[in-house]
Amino acid sequence: MYRKCGERGAKIMVVFDKPKALCDVPLHYCPGCTHGIVHRLVAEAIDEFDIEGKTIGIAPVGCSVMAYDYFNCDMIEAAHGRAPAVATGVKRADPSKIVFTYQGDGDLASIGMAETVHAAARNENITIIFINNAIYGMTGGQMAPTSLPGQVTQTSPYGRDVKLCGFPVKVCEMLSELDGAEYIERVAVNNIKNINAAKKAIKRAFQNQIEGKGFSLVEVISSCPTNWGLTPANALKWIDEKMIPYYPLGVYKDRSAKGERIV
Amino acid sequence: MADKVLMKGNEAIAEAAIIAGCRHYFGYPITPQTEVAAYMAKKMPKIGGTFLQAESEIAAINMVYGVSSAGKRVMTSSSSPGISLKGEGLSYLAGADLPAFVVNVQRGGPGLGGIQPSQSDYFQSTRGGGHGDYRMIVYAPASVQEMASLTVKAFESADKYRMTAMILADGTMGQMMEPVDLASLKVNPAPEKLWATTGTGKKREHNIINSLYLKPEELEKVNFERYERYQTVEADEVMYEEYLMNDAEICVAAFGIAARVSKNAINEARARGIKVGMIRPITLWPFPKNVFKKAAEKAHTFISVELSMGQMIEDVKLSTECKANYLLCNRVGGMIPLPEQVLKCIENAAKGELK
Amino acid sequence: MKTTQFLFAGFGGQGILFAGKFAAYKGLIENKQVSWLPSYGPEMRGGTASCSVIIGDEPVGSPIVSNPDVLIAMNLPSLDRYEDSVVPDGMIFADSSLIERKVRRSDVKVFYIPATKLADENGIGKLANMIIVGKILKEMNEYNEESVIAALKKVVSAKHADMLDINLKAIKVGFDN
Repeated sequence: MYRKCGERGAKIMVVFDKPKALCDVPLHYCPGCTHGIVHRLVAEAIDEFDIEGKTIGIAPVGCSVMAYDYFNCDMIEAAHGRAPAVATGVKRADPSKIVFTYQGDGDLASIGMAETVHAAARNENITIIFINNAIYGMTGGQMAPTSLPGQVTQTSPYGRDVKLCGFPVKVCEMLSELDGAEYIERVAVNNIKNINAAKKAIKRAFQNQIEGKGFSLVEVISSCPTNWGLTPANALKWIDEKMIPYYPLGVYKDRSAKGERIV
Repeated sequence: MADKVLMKGNEAIAEAAIIAGCRHYFGYPITPQTEVAAYMAKKMPKIGGTFLQAESEIAAINMVYGVSSAGKRVMTSSSSPGISLKGEGLSYLAGADLPAFVVNVQRGGPGLGGIQPSQSDYFQSTRGGGHGDYRMIVYAPASVQEMASLTVKAFESADKYRMTAMILADGTMGQMMEPVDLASLKVNPAPEKLWATTGTGKKREHNIINSLYLKPEELEKVNFERYERYQTVEADEVMYEEYLMNDAEICVAAFGIAARVSKNAINEARARGIKVGMIRPITLWPFPKNVFKKAAEKAHTFISVELSMGQMIEDVKLSTECKANYLLCNRVGGMIPLPEQVLKCIENAAKGELK
Repeated sequence: MKTTQFLFAGFGGQGILFAGKFAAYKGLIENKQVSWLPSYGPEMRGGTASCSVIIGDEPVGSPIVSNPDVLIAMNLPSLDRYEDSVVPDGMIFADSSLIERKVRRSDVKVFYIPATKLADENGIGKLANMIIVGKILKEMNEYNEESVIAALKKVVSAKHADMLDINLKAIKVGFDN
């Protein structure tokens, strides 16, 4: 693809462009936040399947609350934690549409746990992009259901004490136990290799829906330099050192890869 | 007469919803409205519709939010404690200007309360239930036929004004059987919903269903605009029945089952020479304010007959500017006033005794 | 017939609601104004079940029957609970095979019928309810075979169409006793 450049009319090759499924607006995310990367991966998947015109996205409450301004497809802003229920409604209203939710850890694994688990149990044919950065970002860094043992947050100022507030929720491990779920994978976006794997997983999660296979969830281990109190670079390192050991990457469930079918 | 069948109020709502073009129902079991869900579970799969038993009332109302976003007629039903859980969703539906049809077959409260009939969610339905400035159109049927006809009406007004329309019934209305003429129901097709999130088809700008406005001036503007719409509703959508009000010096105010009980009492009081009539609000919001105001020109006493500790009576007083005498005739907790109790109140009022 | 208020009461499982529904449908078929209101909730299961049925020429006001013109008591607790509520000159139909005592009131017309026993004897074990219905129709002079059959067709589901004849038989057993 070539594009006209400058007054001289020289043609240069475009090597990098914004996905069409993203609106041409600046994102509000903090410097070093990986939401932008995941938005891009989702938009690339939409572009590559050419489904923008029939995709409806559901935004959560949390840092990505305004995702409806960023994705160029039809968007719905859901109440906190309820995105899988809203997605269920949209998908049931017209199963030919592609429906995805984009949710953070507080939204999906705390207040919206019931909606998440039951959408999976029903094998709703939807795609869920789950951002796990182990913290409530938008409200200023409180303890999340996925905050690590010992992790210091605004509401666990002495470190998460598992005796007082229990252990983090491992969403992929938990959901993969459900007969209903089709595809569950955990990825990270802290380096190129992981980003490439994340892209593949996200595409797969959309492809499953297109093929009518059912509930597909990709957990994306993400960074929150602002609320972790780290530089963006150190935040990426922290993912490797702290997050991934607790939340191992990989495919937790892939029903059709095992040749299983729902009868 | 051949067209008439006996139906439970709950079933009449379900069948009327299907007639109104609703093909999506989401609910969670709770007494005394289970027949709505049971009816839908039986019917929907046969007509290509969706019946889904959600994991909670919260999930159910959010599924409603999803289908409504997609531009289709959709409903949920529950009873009092379940409606409290739906409160969040009702607020979001209002904030996103989504049409929805919600049924509350009330039972006694607060808390888990009981399962027998009640009208104690009057405040909840006419004043909010969820947070923020918003209104719902609230219909109070007093017969099984009205359970059906007001269901159709509710779908239409929900679409017309892009807001939630609610049937506020009670356990009696839901459980009783009466003749229903479903063939007489006339349905206007749903209007075109250009705002719906049905996919852009790459032919238009993307639609956004949203209730978040971080700039106060914007949020104020949408609230003002929404309330202009509510004013139209108040002007155009009031429904009520007047019974023997021409010469009434005493006016009974009652809706739903309380109005049926009151009618017996009024007939008996009339036979005893007391000039008493009734205004039965059919829409609780918008409330028939002007009708009450006009009644206060002749009536010296208003008796509010309610299955609550006195909720509608506040609207009766407001409408009549507190100029008359007021009497509350009530039973609560699942108890229902008997015609004799209402008659006693009417006779006391005729004697000028306010008890 | 002006307006008649019926209260059907008995154990859950005795077909109380069904009998009331039949009565309401028969009224509807005869162009009467009718309402049917069941008791609901846990008391339906094993405890006392009851239903209010109103049949008349005027539109039905309150559907709740608190002072029945006609009480159908199919067990002792129902008679104990509702006997005093029957209007003076009202009627009480009691299943005498399950209720050993007599009605104490002297200002009402009482009809004892061993419905459960008759049902057993006639091989229609569960239809004591419809035997009583037959008795009511006879004593109230409301038996009209055409509308009885039409009403039965409404209340007996298509799936159990074979039950229609048995119900009709039960009504006739009640009528003849």
